[in-house]
Amino acid sequence: MGIELNIVYTVWMRELVEHVRDREKLISSLAMPIFWFIIFGTGLASSISFKGLEGINFSDFLAPGIVAMPLLYTSILSGISVIWDREHGFLKEMLVAPVSRLSIVIGKALGGATIATLQAISVLVLFILLGIKLTFFTFILVPAMLVMSLGFVGLSIIFASLLKTMEGFNLVLNLGLAPIFFLSGAFFPIGILPAWLRVLSQVDPMTYGVELLRYISTGSSYIPFYVSLPVVLIFSITTIIIGSYLFTRKQ
Amino acid sequence: MEFIIETLNLTKKYGELTAVDNLNIQVREGEVFGLLGPNGAGKTTILSMLSTMLNPTSGTATVNCYDILKEPAGVRKSIGVVFQESVLDERLTGRENLDIHARLYKLPKGIRKVRINEVLELVELKDRANDLVKTYSGGMKRRLEIARGLVHYPKVLFLDEPTLGLDPQTREHVWAYIRELAQKEKMTVILTTHYMEEADSLCNRIAIIDYGKIIALDTPENLKNTLGGSSIILQVFDIEKAKMLFPNARISRDKVILPVKRIETDIGRIFRTAIKNQLQIYETRIHTPSLNDVFIFLTGREIREEKPESNNKKVNGG
Repeated sequence: MGIELNIVYTVWMRELVEHVRDREKLISSLAMPIFWFIIFGTGLASSISFKGLEGINFSDFLAPGIVAMPLLYTSILSGISVIWDREHGFLKEMLVAPVSRLSIVIGKALGGATIATLQAISVLVLFILLGIKLTFFTFILVPAMLVMSLGFVGLSIIFASLLKTMEGFNLVLNLGLAPIFFLSGAFFPIGILPAWLRVLSQVDPMTYGVELLRYISTGSSYIPFYVSLPVVLIFSITTIIIGSYLFTRKQ
Repeated sequence: MEFIIETLNLTKKYGELTAVDNLNIQVREGEVFGLLGPNGAGKTTILSMLSTMLNPTSGTATVNCYDILKEPAGVRKSIGVVFQESVLDERLTGRENLDIHARLYKLPKGIRKVRINEVLELVELKDRANDLVKTYSGGMKRRLEIARGLVHYPKVLFLDEPTLGLDPQTREHVWAYIRELAQKEKMTVILTTHYMEEADSLCNRIAIIDYGKIIALDTPENLKNTLGGSSIILQVFDIEKAKMLFPNARISRDKVILPVKRIETDIGRIFRTAIKNQLQIYETRIHTPSLNDVFIFLTGREIREEKPESNNKKVNGG
């Protein structure tokens, strides 16, 4: 079973077209990170000072964490489109066509990751306009964001393939999303956490994504990039492989 | 090759339940072949196996010479499927749905546009092609799905309850399309239905299915003729005179049952004979056996007309 590029493109395109048509989703996905930035960036920064920022402005520290938000949320939600297709039957239309299931799942994964990355880029552009300082290497952020997003899209496809129903999927989302996000150190340096919490933080894949983005944009991070980069890569490759396997299984 | 579809002891079991039981059918190219039976008879399961969406428990089948187990890709290339439940993407336009389909079947760019316009024309949806599918009526959605099944010119078109839940007028419309297609495109059509009139008016041959087994297989005419064809039933005062005048009649109490070949011509002849001989008739009925009579005759039950299943029902594909 191979990958047919034109089929991957077709499935990818469908995901994008449908996302762009969904105005509410489009707006809310951009509004959420901005709210967080305003609340944390101004409210929290003026009242608390963190140790371990090593001379970096809190807003600059926070920016990559907020940029990472759509990379987690939008990517994890992309599995909904798999369940939607199954519940509304369109999955059947694709599965009965003479194409490999692998092409379909790869198209879906790339579609979800593209949407998440485009959202992260929009947030980033907004921050640049707001005067966030970034390093020269900012352009490397885009491939890093794409890889990080693919990891969570893969995780989402795993859950969507296992859980079958929208209710089950939502339940897992509600339980899992907040800890993944808040343990990741998007809002605070994980170096200040007590040891037991830091351990939890270090098993959270999101932590490595945030730290990677932070290293690229500010030039410093708690976890060095030679650790975060391979972890993010391995996480993405693993979840995509498992997700594809579960999706392509014939019942 | 003689048959475009041939099944060999095709069987599907779900635990204790045998949904399809050692099915052996042969369908010739260009035929409109109907699978008629009540809900739950195993019709959809047969289609799912023939379209490689479901593996049989035992036995196999070939579609367009491809084995459904060994060469599913070949089978899929040869077929178009219109599922019982709607599998359109309602967030896309009609044209986009067709375009995705054409791409999934790897039609080259130039041909895609031509074919899409062609099928849109056929189902009279050209004006609405650029509207989102969620704004379509039930009949329009069904027509779009049939159009989609045709975009890639399949050798065999599977239609699972093509008019389920449609109003009578739209149903007639869809029938007309299917008839036209079978004639014009020389396409083999396999359709499942539990509507008697649908099977009767569309199919060259019908397999009546009950509990996963074929209980009769023939042309609609021959199936109905097994019950003895049409008859004219007269109720008369003078039975003895009637017996004399119509020696080939069957008599049941005060009823005279006359088997006829062509009602239109025979009825005049019968009335002329009756009037000439002053036989008083106080009631006349014409009885033409329907497929429903055939089904009742074979099973002792009637096919219930059931409400269409909801489109929101969960489909466990994938």
